[in-house]
Amino acid sequence: MIEFHDVSLGYSGKELLSGVSLKLLPGSFHFLTGPSGAGKTSLIKLCYGELPASGGRIELFGQDIGTMARDDIALLRRRVGVVHQDCQFLDHLSLAENLALPLQVAGQTADAQSLSELMAWVGLAAHAQSLPPSLSGGERQRAALARAVMGAPDIILADEPTGNIDWDMSLRLLRLLTELNRMGKTVLIATHDLNLIRAAKAHVAARVLRIQGRNVQLAGADL
Amino acid sequence: MTLQDKVKPLQSLLFGGSTADRVVPPTGQTATLTGLTAGAMAFLAVFALALSLATGRLADRWAGALAQTATVRISAPVEQMQTQTQKVLDVLATTPGVQSARAMGQDEIKALLEPWVGPDLPLDALPLPQLVEIVETPDGIASEGLQLRLKAEAPGAILDDHSRWRRPLISSANHIRLLGFLSLALIGGATAAMITLATQAALAANAQVIRTLRLIGARDAYVARAFVRRFTQRTLIGALLGTAAGVIAVALLPAPAEEGGFLTGLGFSGLQWLWPLAIPVMAALVALASTRMAAFRTLRSVR
Repeated sequence: MIEFHDVSLGYSGKELLSGVSLKLLPGSFHFLTGPSGAGKTSLIKLCYGELPASGGRIELFGQDIGTMARDDIALLRRRVGVVHQDCQFLDHLSLAENLALPLQVAGQTADAQSLSELMAWVGLAAHAQSLPPSLSGGERQRAALARAVMGAPDIILADEPTGNIDWDMSLRLLRLLTELNRMGKTVLIATHDLNLIRAAKAHVAARVLRIQGRNVQLAGADL
Repeated sequence: MTLQDKVKPLQSLLFGGSTADRVVPPTGQTATLTGLTAGAMAFLAVFALALSLATGRLADRWAGALAQTATVRISAPVEQMQTQTQKVLDVLATTPGVQSARAMGQDEIKALLEPWVGPDLPLDALPLPQLVEIVETPDGIASEGLQLRLKAEAPGAILDDHSRWRRPLISSANHIRLLGFLSLALIGGATAAMITLATQAALAANAQVIRTLRLIGARDAYVARAFVRRFTQRTLIGALLGTAAGVIAVALLPAPAEEGGFLTGLGFSGLQWLWPLAIPVMAALVALASTRMAAFRTLRSVR
C-alpha cells in the first residue's frame, strides 16, 4: 500500500527525516508516534504527496509518487482518506455537503441514504445541515473521519485525530477506526497519546512505528 | 461529433455545474467589481468601436468624394479668359484618363465662394478665376504630364487633382481608425489584467478551500473550473449590460448631418449595429482565458 525507500525530508537546510524505509501492508493497523516536532505530520503528508521527499522513493499503491503528475496524484488521493488534526472543511457548506465532497470531486453523486447512514455511524445524523464552524471539536473530528471514508478509500491516514477531544470521545473515534480496519482498510494514526495506543491494542493487532533520531523504528511490546 | 456535442463543454463551463460552483465560497466584492469593471470596459469599447467604424466610413467617403475628380483653375486677364479656357478644354479632350471636362458657370463659382464671402459681396466686380471640372476614368489622369501640357497651352491654368487635400484627410481618418482599434486592444488588455488580479485575489483568499479540495482528490481542472465559471459569468453579464448601455448612448447621438460634419456621424450604420454584439463575447473569452491562466498558475503552488 505505502512503501518508503530510504526517504529523507528537509526543511530549509535542516533534515527532519533521514533514511526512512517502511512498508504498510494492506489491512494493517499502525500507530506513528514520537515527540512533538519529530516529523509525524510530515511523514503523514509524505504518504499522500502533500510534501515532496527530498530524497529516496515513496510508493503509493505501487506507484512512485515523486514522479507522478499532479492529476495522477489527485486520482490516487481518492483512494486515501486523510483525517487532519485541524479538520479542514469548507465552512460555507453544510456538513452533509462537506461529507459528499470526495464523491463530488470524483464526478459521482452521493446517495442520500448512504450519506445519512455514514452520519449516523459517526453520531452526527442530527447535524446534517449544520455548518462546520458550529460543531464541537469532537464532532469535527468524527465528521473528518466520515469524510475520509466517504469515497471508500483503501487507506486511512489520521494525524492526531484525538488531539483536541476528551478521552471518551477519543475512544469512540478509535472504535470507528478499528471498525474500518476490520473492514479491510489500512490505517495509520499519528499520535503522541500512548494511552490511546494501549487502548487500541486491546481491540486490534496494531503495530507501532516510532520516529527517533530522524528515522522510523518499529516499537515493540514496551508500550 | 454534432454541433451540440461541440458546444456542450462551453455550455457546461458557462452555465452548468452549480453544485461544483458552490465549493468556492461567495467571492463578494471581488466578483461584483469584476462585473462592474467589465460593464464599464464594454461601454468604452462600444464608443471605441463606433469611432473606428465612423472614421472608416469617413475615410471611404472622403476618398470616394474627391477621388476621380480634378479641377483646372485658370487665372488670366479677362480678354484672354475665353481663349485659355477653350485651350484647356481642347487639351483635356485629348488627354487619356479624362472622362469628361466642362467649364463651370459663374453662378456655380459664386455658389462655391458664398460660404466664405457671404451672399452680399458683389462678386461680379471681382476678377474670378475660371474653373474647369474634370471627371476622370477609373484609370485616372497622369497629373504631372497634364500639368506640363496645360502650362504650355494655357499659362494661367493650374491643375488641382485634390490630392493635397485628400491625402492628409484620408491619412488622418485612417490614423483615428487605427487609434480606435488600438483603444479596443487596450480595453481588452486592461480587462484581462483586471480579471487576472481579481482571480488571483479570490484564489489567495480561498487557499484553504483549494488545499482541502486537493486533499480529497480534486484535480486542478475541477478547482479552476469553479473560479473560471464564476468570473467568466460575471464578466459576460457586466459586458452585456455595458454594451447595451453603450449602444443606447450611441443610438441617442444626433443623426448624421452634413452641417454637423464628423461628430454627428459617430455611430453605427446598417449592419454595423451588429458589431457591438461581439464585445460581450470577446470580454467573456478574455475573462475565460485570463482566469484559467491565473487559476492554474496559482494551483501549481499547492501540492
